[in-house]
Amino acid sequence: MAETVAHRPVRPISIVRHPIYSLFLPVPVVCFIGALITDLSYLNSGGNLLWVNFSAWLLAAGLVFGVVALIILLIDAIRGSAAWLAFGLLLAAWIVEFINSLVHARDGWTAVAGLGLILSIIGTVLVLVAGWFSRRAVEVVP
Amino acid sequence: MIRHALVGAATLALAGCGNPQKIDPMQQVGPNPVLPAPHEELVAAVGVPKVVGWKPGETPIVPNGFHIEAMATGLANPRRVYPLPNGDILVVETDRQGSEPVDRPKDPIRDFIMSMAHGGGGAKETEGSAGKPQRITLLRDANGDGKPELKTILVDHLNSPFGVVALGGYLYVANTDALVRYPFTPGQTKITAAGQKVLDLPGGLIDHHWTKDLTASPDGSKLYVGVGSNSNSGERGPEAETNRASIWEVDAKTGAFRVFASGLRNPNGLTFYPGSNTLWAVINERDELGPNLVPDYMTSVKDGAFYGWPYSYYGQHVDRRVRPQRPDLVAKAIPPDYALSSHVAALGLTFYTGSSFPAGFRGGAFVGEHGSWNRTAYNGYRIVFIRFAGGRPVGLPHNFVAGFIGPDGKARGRPVGVAVDRTGALIFADDVGNTVWRVTYTGGNSGQPRA
Repeated sequence: MAETVAHRPVRPISIVRHPIYSLFLPVPVVCFIGALITDLSYLNSGGNLLWVNFSAWLLAAGLVFGVVALIILLIDAIRGSAAWLAFGLLLAAWIVEFINSLVHARDGWTAVAGLGLILSIIGTVLVLVAGWFSRRAVEVVP
Repeated sequence: MIRHALVGAATLALAGCGNPQKIDPMQQVGPNPVLPAPHEELVAAVGVPKVVGWKPGETPIVPNGFHIEAMATGLANPRRVYPLPNGDILVVETDRQGSEPVDRPKDPIRDFIMSMAHGGGGAKETEGSAGKPQRITLLRDANGDGKPELKTILVDHLNSPFGVVALGGYLYVANTDALVRYPFTPGQTKITAAGQKVLDLPGGLIDHHWTKDLTASPDGSKLYVGVGSNSNSGERGPEAETNRASIWEVDAKTGAFRVFASGLRNPNGLTFYPGSNTLWAVINERDELGPNLVPDYMTSVKDGAFYGWPYSYYGQHVDRRVRPQRPDLVAKAIPPDYALSSHVAALGLTFYTGSSFPAGFRGGAFVGEHGSWNRTAYNGYRIVFIRFAGGRPVGLPHNFVAGFIGPDGKARGRPVGVAVDRTGALIFADDVGNTVWRVTYTGGNSGQPRA
């Protein structure tokens, strides 16, 4: 790792030397994990709509902040300060969760049971792996 | 018999791609509609024509032998027409107030689509456009020529009124949150007395289906109020649906009520079949199960019956979106009498009690179909006629008034409430054309309803 750092002197886009992707990347991570949890709560509750509404809002928030995180990671990747893999995985997570948000717009049980839950699981795994790969950039401390 | 009768131009355009529900809307009319498997699209199909209104000289299209003419124009979102015994015609100009609370990110998007369907706000470009219309206008056409000599506001500052009935020295008005009555004698042109509340109706913050239709029993002792559901298929939770999706029976004197029939998602056009004690209504069924589910319907309404909403449709076809499921209620659900095909948004119903139309029309039903939003090929946007024999609907629906969507695909108007005036003409409210239209028979056809 030390060699990699040595070859990557470029700092990620930062505000007063603090990389800003670390502000925005956690939002989709937390929201998509949260949506998976509230999906499971909905199914477990036998149809308490509070939980599926939670999921829909978490997905919406994760998607909005996910766009910001994607733009930052894209710029960082172009500048060589972030892994393309992290960007690619976050993009994949975003696409899966966007489709998931359409499924979650259905009225009631079919918003989650079946396709909705599967997409929540896939999206959560993808966003977690994206977060894990983005970690390499954190080590870039000159 | 009139096998080639076509309801709507939607048929041709239906050969859409990617839709597994490939059936002709004409397979979804009558007592035994074809019901395909539910198809929940990823993005709900939406088709709402842009509203352009009627240019001078433009009118809806009626069959040969009939004549259509505007009876009143420049109205503000007229939704219901109600002829009084003395020949005056009441026009309910109304709209919902405010928008629904947002529970989900989807809600504001749906509200936007619904506002498109009304040309982005019904009251604009109309007289007295200070906010949304909340009034009943009276038209007086004493000589019956279809050109009212008097157009005046009978009563204003109501609360999203819809149904109206003159009965026993009162005018009953079904506001969205209460049934109220005013001392009233037909002939009166202005109501100044304060209204008395007969009973509260389910209104509230959501008030999704806000139109409360109203009719009186033939003996005048009971009133019947249509109370639509608070959601598409129960997605606001069961608490939001208390006593909704039902028709209430109200004692006209005391205001005591009971639920007369339930499981009716959005019942409108409440009308007793002439000479009988059988109540009929048209019901808007649920959306977002595909372009050809669920057909709206016209039905006689049986005392105590449950028609399925939200747990099932057309009898016992379970809506798998609704949880917890209620197999006990589904087992009780009965199918309605007569399907009108999917998403037509039937909002008006009247039986032909006049004598100026040919004999084949007597006792038959006119249904005002406001038109679809949840399918790409438009359905509805017309008034259909359904022949009756022995108090039951027979045969297929016939297009009676069409041409609401022009050749450019834009909406001139959309029909809502229908009624028969004292001359036997059909009158109806057009809530985006802001017009009350009148259809008269001029002779020259075979005397049979035409396709």
